[in-house]
Amino acid sequence: MPKDGGIGASTTRREDVRFLTGRGQYSDDIMTFGECAAVFARSTVANGTIKSINTDAAAAMPGVLAIFTGEDFVEVGGNPAGWAINSRNGDPMKEPKRPVLAHGKVRHVGDAYAAVIAETVQQGRDAAEAIEIDIEEHDAVINMKDALAGTNYVHDEIGTNQCFDWGWIEDNRDATDAAIKGAHHVTTLELVNNRLVPNAMEPRCSIGSYNPGTGDYKLQTTSQNPHLTRLLISAFVMGIPENKLTVIAPDVGGGFGSKIYHYGEEALVLAAAKRLGRTVKWTSDRSEAFLTDAHGRDHVTKIELALDAEGNFLAFRTETHANVGAYLSNFATATPTFLHGTLMAGNYTVPNVYVNVKAVFTNTAPVDAYRGAGRPEATYSLERVIDMAAREIGMDPVELRRKNFIKPDQFPFASAAGLEYDSGNYDALMDQMEKVADKAGFAKRRAESEAKGLLRGFGVNAYVEACGIAPSNLVGILGARVGLYDAATVRVNATGNLSVMVGAHSHGQGHETVFPQVVADMLGIDAGSIDIVHGDTSKIPFGMGTYGSRSLAVCGSAVVRATEKIIAKATKIAAHMLEASESDIEFTDGTFGVVGTNKSVSFGEVALKAYIPHQFPIEDIEPGLEETAFYDPANFTFPSGAYCCEVEVDPETGKVCVDRMTAVDDFGNVINPMIVTGQVHGGLGQGIGQALMENTTYDPDGQLLSASYMDYAMPRADDLPFYTVDHSQGTPCTHNPLGVKGCGEAGAIGSPPTVVNAVIDALQSGGKNVTHIDMPVTPHRVWSAMKNAG
Amino acid sequence: MTKITMTVNGKSVSKDVEGNTLLVSLLRDDLRLTGTHVGCDTSQCGACTIHVNGNAVKACTMFAIEADGADVATIEGQANSDGSLNVIQQAFQDHHGLQCGFCTPGMVMSAAALLKDNPKPSEAEVRHYLDGNICRCTGYHNIVKAIMAASGQDVSAIAAE
Repeated sequence: MPKDGGIGASTTRREDVRFLTGRGQYSDDIMTFGECAAVFARSTVANGTIKSINTDAAAAMPGVLAIFTGEDFVEVGGNPAGWAINSRNGDPMKEPKRPVLAHGKVRHVGDAYAAVIAETVQQGRDAAEAIEIDIEEHDAVINMKDALAGTNYVHDEIGTNQCFDWGWIEDNRDATDAAIKGAHHVTTLELVNNRLVPNAMEPRCSIGSYNPGTGDYKLQTTSQNPHLTRLLISAFVMGIPENKLTVIAPDVGGGFGSKIYHYGEEALVLAAAKRLGRTVKWTSDRSEAFLTDAHGRDHVTKIELALDAEGNFLAFRTETHANVGAYLSNFATATPTFLHGTLMAGNYTVPNVYVNVKAVFTNTAPVDAYRGAGRPEATYSLERVIDMAAREIGMDPVELRRKNFIKPDQFPFASAAGLEYDSGNYDALMDQMEKVADKAGFAKRRAESEAKGLLRGFGVNAYVEACGIAPSNLVGILGARVGLYDAATVRVNATGNLSVMVGAHSHGQGHETVFPQVVADMLGIDAGSIDIVHGDTSKIPFGMGTYGSRSLAVCGSAVVRATEKIIAKATKIAAHMLEASESDIEFTDGTFGVVGTNKSVSFGEVALKAYIPHQFPIEDIEPGLEETAFYDPANFTFPSGAYCCEVEVDPETGKVCVDRMTAVDDFGNVINPMIVTGQVHGGLGQGIGQALMENTTYDPDGQLLSASYMDYAMPRADDLPFYTVDHSQGTPCTHNPLGVKGCGEAGAIGSPPTVVNAVIDALQSGGKNVTHIDMPVTPHRVWSAMKNAG
Repeated sequence: MTKITMTVNGKSVSKDVEGNTLLVSLLRDDLRLTGTHVGCDTSQCGACTIHVNGNAVKACTMFAIEADGADVATIEGQANSDGSLNVIQQAFQDHHGLQCGFCTPGMVMSAAALLKDNPKPSEAEVRHYLDGNICRCTGYHNIVKAIMAASGQDVSAIAAE
């Protein structure tokens, strides 16, 4: 292993130095000479017809340079949906146009209908307030069931509020129905997966510029995937040729999904930059972020679990209403379907699974993938209904899960929901969880809590998720409109250090540290001589970015493939330098040697030879040492885990305190344990936040009641405990070269049901017959549930 | 416009400012000290935390003119004089107390203010003190651990890596 950290080392992060000293460069930190500001005028009503917009007074105000309205974008395209879903009857989903600026109608509070470009932000704000808009307000469509029943449409032109009515797997429907009908026991649970706002701490920001001398555009923006953003703007929205548009995502302050998507503000700053010949910058404030960033979750679900007399699972049947908001965000249709329905067999050998999802338009902000994206919804439904079933049939919840787990010798396992899990050992995870969480000591801890007048509960769950999305051939069949490979270019410089250009984008994940660990390990050189380049379409190969816990499994695999090509070419050069046959060259610890001799050249000497190719076999080997690889995975990866949680509930107030939280995950091989652990911590914080605190609430008129940190309960340090995290039970992924699975979302997937299961256990222990409480499990909800239970 | 003078990271600075210019705008837009971040508009997130006369202050909630004559410290002035990370910064790196880095300057400035007044805070005291600093990446585990480590306490018993 290289001396400063290869695969498996908890190398501290090199990117930390700039962030800790205030030298990071986030989009809003970029200040360009002559820049001006974009400010948006946004709808204050949820549903209305625009009768007229008068910008005359605003245009005459100090500092105002231009005003755009929806009229200006009628001729350009809409922001498209990236995944086509067909309904059960074969009809394609409804795809109403999502314009750059609202035209004709506004469809949610915050929907932008005009943009002011002014010398300063303050002048822009003043002018935006002076725009006169006459809106005929209509009743808002907020509740999903009302939306499907009524004739008040978010998009009049499609004549329905239903985007699609999807069945998975339709051929399993009858068998699932029959299994439930004939079952010994059926547990039914209706639940809500609460709507969340991702809340990356850095608000979105987009800076457009245009050079009239060359026709080149540049967009600096808060993106998790600059090439995807460029593709959407070029091919669908603006028609700017890809070769004339550079998209740069500099330091990005968290994403959690919300910065995957292309937003209208990005198109607006480019259009304004071209019209004015100035650099145009827009920075969201937090209130705008709440109103316009894509939200997450928002499922209303009924799930049934059928069991035989021995507790074997016979079937899961799920009906879900998934809110997609007012417009289809780029992956809004994939999240409740293929990222949710395909996971509805969980970790279990259950033979029958059927999932029905109705996606519904409402007059609310668009909803799309948020950390976990469909898998938290699947895991929550499964693991809550399993817990409820265990209680109903009088079986220990751990034992019921173990009884139905897929066993280690059954992998690869074709799940009843249509996926092939490549590897896993769910019993080993459960064993390890019971050990590191000291489950045996729970009774004593419960007695201690009870002595303080508190109820203590133990909650457990298992999860499996699909990461590293994904095989392009497979997702293409399933409706994806993009490929989901990634790419890397490894450039060995003449003096032997390396620049590695990657399609993945780091916005907290630590790629600048981890990818060099991989390359350093393969080349036997120090990681410190390897730098990562990411986030700039003019510098990196075409890659699909970072989301779905895919960076290492997909882009990391591309890095491995490109590095293998480097080694192959360097071996040829070394053979020439050593006057030996290529087959006699051995590469170890950064040195090329001739087998059975003491002749060798270092990696650095080979690099120098590649760029100063004197006495070089130019007819056989090209000069230079730079290789690119695209990697398209053979399958998803399938991280899994066993989590448990202990809560204390105050029976007087209903307040829940998470006292202990344990996450045991199978991520396959781990490159940097410190970073992997940190990723789990973050997911746990968000998952506990969803379970106990966070909720996005619209009133019946479509006003967002939780639109600031005064109203939306973001978890703070004193809401959360220290966590116990373990990833010692990894079973390597069988189909990617690093054997890695992905760790970015696990914590947010595994923790919500664990917390709620623990709360129910606590209440039951106190003699309260409470079987379910919807998230967030706030003191008021707990207190009310206890009261109603008598 | 009013002329104000203050010390920022040890250097004297004079600027003409409007009455409604926020201190954070002066730092970011005029002095180009962009390490101080703006993460919300309700004084909740703490990404803009700086020190004014040694006290932790949210720079989004103070007018520049109110800092006339003050001694202001920002994240850019926290490293040791040789450029190396100070004890708190180093503890954040050693214990992986940051991910995306956006809340980090505010966290470091808050931690410094805490440790000045309470050199050996308990876990509960650290968590309580950070009530005005929101992080969305770390789940706070490693931030709390880093601050306790920076105070010289043994954190090896706190779980993991």
